[in-house]
Amino acid sequence: MSAVRDNYVRPVDFKHGRVDMTHGGGGRAMAQLIDELFRREFDNEWLRQCNDQAAFDVSAGRMVMATDSHVVSPLFFPGGDIGCLSVHGTINDVAMSGAAPLYLAAGFVLEEGFLLTDLKRIVASMAAASREARVPVVTGDTKVVERGKGDGVFITTTGVGIVPAGIRISGDRARPGDRILVNGTIGDHGIAIMSLRENLTFETTIKSDTAALHGLVAAMIAAVPGIHCLRDPTRGGLATTLNELALQSGCGMVILEKRIPVAREVNAACEFLGLDPLYVANEGKLVAIAAAADADRLLAAMRAHPLGRNATIIGEVIADPHHFVQMDTSFGGRRIVDWLTGEQLPRIC
Amino acid sequence: MCLAIPARVVALPEPDIARIDLGGVQKEISLALVDDVRIGDYVIVHVGYALTKLDPREAELTLAMMGEAGLLDDDDSAAAAPARATLPAPAEEGAE
Amino acid sequence: MKYVDEFRDGTLARKLAAAIAAEARPSRRYNLMEFCGGHTHAISRYGLADLLPANINMIHGPGCPVCVLPIGRIDNAIALAARPGVILCTYADTMRVPASKGLSLLKAKARGADIRMVYSSADTIRIAQEHPSREVVFFAIGFETTTPPTAVAILQAREQGLANFSVFCNHVLTPAAISNILESKEVREWGTLPLDGFIGPAHVSTVIGSQPYEYFAEEYQRPVVIAGFEPLDVMQAILMLVRQLNDGRAEVENEFTRAVTRNGNAKAKALVAEVFELRRSFEWRGLGEVPYGALKVKEAYAEFDAEPRYGIEYKSVPDNKACECGAILRGVKQPSDCKVFGTVCTPENPIGSCMVSSEGACAAHYTYGRWKDAAVVAAAPKRPTALVA
Repeated sequence: MSAVRDNYVRPVDFKHGRVDMTHGGGGRAMAQLIDELFRREFDNEWLRQCNDQAAFDVSAGRMVMATDSHVVSPLFFPGGDIGCLSVHGTINDVAMSGAAPLYLAAGFVLEEGFLLTDLKRIVASMAAASREARVPVVTGDTKVVERGKGDGVFITTTGVGIVPAGIRISGDRARPGDRILVNGTIGDHGIAIMSLRENLTFETTIKSDTAALHGLVAAMIAAVPGIHCLRDPTRGGLATTLNELALQSGCGMVILEKRIPVAREVNAACEFLGLDPLYVANEGKLVAIAAAADADRLLAAMRAHPLGRNATIIGEVIADPHHFVQMDTSFGGRRIVDWLTGEQLPRIC
Repeated sequence: MCLAIPARVVALPEPDIARIDLGGVQKEISLALVDDVRIGDYVIVHVGYALTKLDPREAELTLAMMGEAGLLDDDDSAAAAPARATLPAPAEEGAE
Repeated sequence: MKYVDEFRDGTLARKLAAAIAAEARPSRRYNLMEFCGGHTHAISRYGLADLLPANINMIHGPGCPVCVLPIGRIDNAIALAARPGVILCTYADTMRVPASKGLSLLKAKARGADIRMVYSSADTIRIAQEHPSREVVFFAIGFETTTPPTAVAILQAREQGLANFSVFCNHVLTPAAISNILESKEVREWGTLPLDGFIGPAHVSTVIGSQPYEYFAEEYQRPVVIAGFEPLDVMQAILMLVRQLNDGRAEVENEFTRAVTRNGNAKAKALVAEVFELRRSFEWRGLGEVPYGALKVKEAYAEFDAEPRYGIEYKSVPDNKACECGAILRGVKQPSDCKVFGTVCTPENPIGSCMVSSEGACAAHYTYGRWKDAAVVAAAPKRPTALVA
């Protein structure tokens, strides 16, 4: 004769199970998924309280908040996945203000039928990224949409941080004479993603550069508290970010092509596909603009940090009512580097 | 017009297929349009096909010819100065 | 990258620039047309105009297969993609070209048409094999460089007995376009387009060889220099044209000897001749009807020809009245002469094909060169001050 075991709950089948509508229904199945996956992986004092929100004290100072939705496809790529990307992306958005990121929130929209083994892999990756960055995911939400109405999983992360006193970093603070710096090679992330795109497969050792940059930013601010601008060149690439900053600050820029670090394979992949590395997305890079007198000190601080080993000064800010970003080509001519138009597509011509 | 790029053949995995390497990036392309391709050859690649083999000797000759172009001017140091001045400074386009 | 980087060397560029400046006679202008869109792109991207003396005038030609594709043919492609069961495969270049009713292939895709971007014609064969119950149509565009890959795909389809594969053929021919320009009123009668010589296409010539240009040099007495794709190739070719014009010669010279021979690629030419034949006439955007300027699939391969297979009827659609693409493609006008350039017509919102293709004259000028139209503030330094170039 069988007996009903007290408190027996069949564990979620992460090996073979799939997301179904009950996981978003608010009932037992959803609570179980949250408990056995999200709470277990992220594990911190806030999530252990099992509330719908997280409460924390705030110190005095200016608070910064940023949010990002992540829809990358494919979900898994060389160097990372949508999970760690979502953690790094929002940490970086907060960090670009000079703020130290404190807490993250994560919202998941799951597609019915999505493999739980993949979901677990993604959440584990997020948890690892969060732990390494020391920025906990303190609250979140889960919804499920019908099959065909989502791309596997969409993740939205929101982050908060506090800007240290006296720091004022903003896109409109670039001034003529300022120097423009980047912390390393550009185009890695976009090419890593593109190498997996259907009908474009090529083999390469290029990995996404996805990384949390707040440690690097803290080191930069310690060396040069008066940094004018910081921004991470994600979609649209370095070119688009420089154009944004030029427009916001009401000035122009001149950069030197031979100073811009591009990995050999990224260059080659761009040649194959007819792409320009200046427009390819990055996920572990930043652009910094600082007064000329501070540039060398800033560069040294960046190079001393593991995420800034290949930092370089790539150009300077100039007065220009048209807000053009100009580039001295390695070849010896000069051209403008314009905004990205639409999506960069590979070409045959 | 057509975006094509010279790449080195590193393997011949199947008949009419070559594995090429360009700056560390590798891809398999079709050899249906060329004959007699060997490992180590360079081919011009367009939309996944080799269009022709690149002739390394001709490449060297072309570079040498380009290098000679300015030689007559270089010999004469007085002429070297105007050579630089003929490059318009980017800020002066308005004058052109 | 070997055989690429050496041909982008800045030091050699300065030497060539000096040589060109020294040999270009100040008493005359040199009006040179670079036929091929890839050369237009190289000239813009590397800022070659900065390195040439003012009396050398580069005119952009119509060698951009996307730019010369008429609106009506894109409408046909969109209609094909909208047919139930069809997978339309295309090179990414065509996706954004504006067609009728405010559509483009990209917009049609957003509305649910199954349109897939491919890198190679070989991908379309694979897609046809993987989806035997779907009709796969390859939207084939391009000059003589891109035609042999389409021929190979059709021959593979025949060999494998693929019943669900066909090609919507829009391949066009270079010599016919050159003829069209040289025969145009602006060149022949009015003299409003002074045209002294041509920079011949790089990769088209690897296939067709240098021989087909000999007719033009002879008949129209204009020199042709076939140039490779890299900026040093273009400069060397300009130097060679200047020398020919100074000497009063009108010959075909080959700068791109590392990849082009007089006869080209016999194997590729044979495969093309097996599968395709000349159309008596074909409309080119901007140039109108061009005789013997395009190819169609031969009767013997009719089952792989999308036009009879789907009963495609071509309807000519005129360009937007304000669009000057036609004149620009013929080299008669510059992008900045077009009233809508940079205002209504931008790469974000293109009205004509010259703005859509990244090697179209308007797109190239907008992306790389329009800053020269604006007066840059005099305070702009020639080189970033403290940075050693």
